[in-house]
Amino acid sequence: MLKINNLHASIEDKAILKGINLEVKPGEVHAIMGPNGSGKSTLASVVAGKEEYEVTEGSILLEGEDIEELGAEERAHKGVFLSFQYPVEIPGVSVTNFMKTAINETRKAKGLEDMPAKDMLKMIREKSEMLEIDRKFLSRSLNEGFSGGEKKRNEIFQMAMLEPKLAILDETDSGLDIDALRIVSDGVNKLKSKDNAVIVITHYQRLLDYIVPDYVHVLLNGKIVKSGTKELAHELEAKGYDWIKEEVGA
Amino acid sequence: MELKEKLVSSFMAFEDTVDVNSTIHDIRTEAIKTFEAEGFPSKRLEDWKYTSLNSVLKHDYSVFPKSENDIEFKDIKPYFSHDIDAYKIIFIDGKYASHLSQTTHDGLDVCLMSAALTKPKYKVIIDNYFNKIASKNGISSLNTAFSYEGAYINIPKNKVVDKPIQIIHFSTGNEAAVMLQPRNLIIVNENAHVQIIERHQSLTDNPVLTNSVTEIFANKRAIVDYYKIQNDRQNASLIDSTFINQKQESLAKVHTFALGGKLVRNNLEFYQNGERIDSTMKGITIIGDKQHVDHNTLVHHIEPNCESHQDYKGIFDDKATGVFNGKVVVEKLAQKTNAFQANNNILLSDKASINTKPQLEIFADDVKCSHGCTIGQLDESAMFYLRSRGIPEKEAKALLMFAFSNTVLDSVKIPELKDRITKIIAEKLGVSIGFDL
Repeated sequence: MLKINNLHASIEDKAILKGINLEVKPGEVHAIMGPNGSGKSTLASVVAGKEEYEVTEGSILLEGEDIEELGAEERAHKGVFLSFQYPVEIPGVSVTNFMKTAINETRKAKGLEDMPAKDMLKMIREKSEMLEIDRKFLSRSLNEGFSGGEKKRNEIFQMAMLEPKLAILDETDSGLDIDALRIVSDGVNKLKSKDNAVIVITHYQRLLDYIVPDYVHVLLNGKIVKSGTKELAHELEAKGYDWIKEEVGA
Repeated sequence: MELKEKLVSSFMAFEDTVDVNSTIHDIRTEAIKTFEAEGFPSKRLEDWKYTSLNSVLKHDYSVFPKSENDIEFKDIKPYFSHDIDAYKIIFIDGKYASHLSQTTHDGLDVCLMSAALTKPKYKVIIDNYFNKIASKNGISSLNTAFSYEGAYINIPKNKVVDKPIQIIHFSTGNEAAVMLQPRNLIIVNENAHVQIIERHQSLTDNPVLTNSVTEIFANKRAIVDYYKIQNDRQNASLIDSTFINQKQESLAKVHTFALGGKLVRNNLEFYQNGERIDSTMKGITIIGDKQHVDHNTLVHHIEPNCESHQDYKGIFDDKATGVFNGKVVVEKLAQKTNAFQANNNILLSDKASINTKPQLEIFADDVKCSHGCTIGQLDESAMFYLRSRGIPEKEAKALLMFAFSNTVLDSVKIPELKDRITKIIAEKLGVSIGFDL
């Protein structure tokens, strides 16, 4: 699904990612953990195609295709989805019309006709019910005045609508109370299949009780310094990151 | 000969063709003297500091356009909001085109300025209203001097007009260059409601300069909803001056969609002569190339307990230049005034520019007046967010621009007109998607 080889990326000549290697196969859930400033969100943004970052070395392959030269929208058309840590407020664009535009533009890129309005409404109804989203919410301006939890739930709603192959959840748990965390995690779990993959970026092990990872990676100073199974997350929760820093001599 | 001299020397010939004995002969004569003394406005005037007329005054405009034309409906159909059932007052090169119009005298007057200015039965109205609030400055005086044709609309007391009124001025380009001086008079009597759509449209790329003056009287509790569509061709320029006198509890709204033309100058002035008046002016400007749009607004709060709202959005690309100069005067008597003004702009290119200047003159002490202006670029993080959902760059830009303009589009009360403006904007932005936001 996703293969990242020796990825180096920088912003304004400041190196952030310093040689990431990561392979994610269909059906897998990977967790990426690490302290603040270790490069987790940068990795997510670089894979999703944020242009402010410059890839200086290495490659990102999606289903064998190098996507490094593609714009963010083309990556989205190929099935990459990023759940933002800080979803952007866009006054004047309703959630529904945003989704309608996103879905139809993606269909257009694939040479398909617009989705019939009836099907669109049905899909919106199903997915919003799954995430226990109030219908009124869907006619509001995108993320404007949403609480932290509402923004994150809205991100997962978009994921459900777009049905990506590779979903990257960047700190989706932050700002969520325990009930919202359960709803969001249930949603993600329902969307999981043997054909798609999820990368969960988080500070805390808490989310990983709900979305159980197959692999856990520790990102430190722009490199993956340790990989393991879900037990590694428990160990990090109990002991923090210092022991890893010592272990790898960072 | 300079345009000014040409106009001044044409005046007598003009008056000869209309009616020297008409009641407004003295007004016209006075006006041409004012124009002769003041001439066209120059950048030395504070109000014209950022707009130079030099580039539009250099053409040898024909002052008396030929009246023959063979324009048929099919030629101009795209410029009508033809899906709107409306009264229509259509002018071609300044002359009334009866075959394209639909006027009425049935319960309301939707007809011609030339009739109102010459027929005895309108004399009292003309004496009471004509040139009573239009500015006496040089440029408006020029229009007054040549005032002859335009729309005359009179809505009687308690009449709610059943459909909008469209006023469209076409210029055919049959001549190398033409200057037009349309003059409109609109009287909305007590408790009457009316919606008006005004458009100036050139049909060729020959230079056109339109110097339009509109006087609107909104009497007690009247509601006036006025829309200006300015989406003209590259060589068409417009100086549009609109003066609105409001009586108590009246509500007047003017939307200006400045989406094209070479140079557009909007002078929009509201005078509040009564209590609990609401004046609203909103605008969207989207221009590129070397286009220039200047919005010069004035709200004169004279009496207590009134409101005014201004909301102007501007998007400027290439080497386009914009001006917003919003003046709010609150007289000493006008306590409890609530005046709000916002001007927000997006510059899409390093070479585009906007000069925005709020100007508040407040002489009362118990008022709420706020103003704000912003100039920025499209939000990069919002662009990435939209693109990451599969919306291509061009469409994402357009979506953000629509969202930015939405507070203005949203208050367009004629759905077909809103659709039409949305389409014009989408075309300008090069996208096919209609965002029903």
